[in-house]
Amino acid sequence: MSDFIVEAKGVTKILGRGAAQVHALRDINLSLRGGELTVLMGPSGSGKTTLLSVLGCILTPTSGTVQVCGHATQGADAEVLAKLRRDHVGFVFQSYHLFPTLTAAENIQMALDIRGAHGEDARAKSRDALEKVGLTHKIASYPHELSGGEQQRVAIARAIVSNPSAIFADEPTAVLDTRNGQVIMSILAEIAKDPAHGVLVVTHDSRMTSFADRVIYIEDGCLVRDERGSADAATIQTTASAGRRA
Amino acid sequence: MPLNLTLASRNLFHDRLRFVATTIGIVFSVVLVMVQMGLYLGFGRMVTTVIAHTSADLWVMRHGTKCFEDPSLLNASKLTPVVATPGVAEAIPLVIGFSGWILPSGEITPVFVVGSDLQTLKPWNVTAGTVQALSTPGAVAIDRSYFERLGVSGLGSKANIRGLPVSVAAITDGIRSFTTTPYIFSDLSHARAYVGIPSTMVSYLLVKLRPGADLEQVRHDLQSSLPDSEVLTTAEFQERSRSYWLFGTGAGAALFAGAILGIIVGLVIVAQTLYSSTKDHLDEFATLRAMGSSNCYIYSVIIYQALLNAVIGFAFATLIGFSVVEFTRSGALPVVITPMLILAMFALTVVMCIAAALGAIFRVVRIDPVMVFTR
Repeated sequence: MSDFIVEAKGVTKILGRGAAQVHALRDINLSLRGGELTVLMGPSGSGKTTLLSVLGCILTPTSGTVQVCGHATQGADAEVLAKLRRDHVGFVFQSYHLFPTLTAAENIQMALDIRGAHGEDARAKSRDALEKVGLTHKIASYPHELSGGEQQRVAIARAIVSNPSAIFADEPTAVLDTRNGQVIMSILAEIAKDPAHGVLVVTHDSRMTSFADRVIYIEDGCLVRDERGSADAATIQTTASAGRRA
Repeated sequence: MPLNLTLASRNLFHDRLRFVATTIGIVFSVVLVMVQMGLYLGFGRMVTTVIAHTSADLWVMRHGTKCFEDPSLLNASKLTPVVATPGVAEAIPLVIGFSGWILPSGEITPVFVVGSDLQTLKPWNVTAGTVQALSTPGAVAIDRSYFERLGVSGLGSKANIRGLPVSVAAITDGIRSFTTTPYIFSDLSHARAYVGIPSTMVSYLLVKLRPGADLEQVRHDLQSSLPDSEVLTTAEFQERSRSYWLFGTGAGAALFAGAILGIIVGLVIVAQTLYSSTKDHLDEFATLRAMGSSNCYIYSVIIYQALLNAVIGFAFATLIGFSVVEFTRSGALPVVITPMLILAMFALTVVMCIAAALGAIFRVVRIDPVMVFTR
């Protein structure tokens, strides 16, 4: 079995049909390890969210393979993909997508409930997750009683409460001010310190790269740069792909 | 409480206006069905009320008699072979028929006369006077609810039936006829005179069995010795009368049609509101799906919503149903709600609401979890 939490090989994704057909991803090769926070950057329409969806088992690739914790998504039906997400993936969304009629604690418990974990154990895990994001005092608050930053922290708690191997965050700071954005990125970076978790954050905010262990750039559906550590140590791993595109 | 139930209930009560509209729809539907079925039961009970109050084991009647009010007559000479049949303790002639009650003003109003030995079939719920008093010449029993119609004020009131003087000697409470024609109880000989049936004829022979007699054997023996007559148990005669009035006349079909209409109304209302509620919460269902929830889990949220709608709507509808029962208790056709009807209505409400949820479920099946990234 691979050491990678998520591994994509030769992934292509075509969206739409006929004249509306779009090559959203082209020959993507990418691996995510545990203990790393990877930031995926690129302009609008570059394929960031599509790549996140493919790696997060929401979409299947048109060609190529994706493995999550050793499980291939190729040819999997919707229920199998849902099970893969349930077992291995946590999501943080740009618009939080909290359930407005549930409290912060219940929103987090929901992630456990769909996995068949109920009762006091689920409540305790939910409290622990809230504690990790520093919101124990908001346990009984409803989403409309929380600020944007607090809502996103609850969403992060929800994503991590089931202890998934891969955590995918789609523009988690896009609608937050700088200070709240930095708080969110700090929390995600803290989570990524654990080797059991690999975190991939999609963002267009270059300020957030300071939290990253690795930064990947995507343009027109192709990975064009893959940097580790600092920008000076940039390693362009997709030259061949870029060359083929050109 | 399971979290999917919590989510279902919170979503349900979150939009109060829609919740109220849905509940009203369900209540309307269930009350409509309940009242129609209650009328059906009430009607069924009313058309067999006299039969139910006899203490006979078997009824001998002319072949082809359709219901208790059927004017077919039986030759009284059959009494002898009936009484001679092994296992028969006694056979009591019963005479029934329509007649004319002449009010003090001279106006005639139709009445339905029932005359027997005043033992096997006697007026019940007697609130004034006595059954024994009916054996005196011209004594009759009438129900309190027909005082105005019959132009009487109470015990001792005088009138005429077919020119024969009668006096009210007993008053009952709640013996109402579904035909709205008042029942008049009297003894056998006077009843013959009131309806014009000669002593050679009877309407029915009410058979009582000896203790330990085999009912089926006695019935078989009676049937063999009376080929042009029919021998039915009390329960069978009740069922025949009920079937005739409910289905032979179309009254039952009308009641059932009303009930089916109620079910359709309920289905449409619940389906429409559940569907629109589901559409309003599509983001949440897509989020659940993106989080890895199985389709079954999402269906459970919708089904819980439907069940909550059903339980709440049914509770209100039942309260209204019982109010209708009270309101119609002394009316011409009381609505009857039995425990079995309550159970059946609850099952129907649940099935109706779950069936209505199918539309919403079909909508959720088509959810693409990728939509959570675009909203």
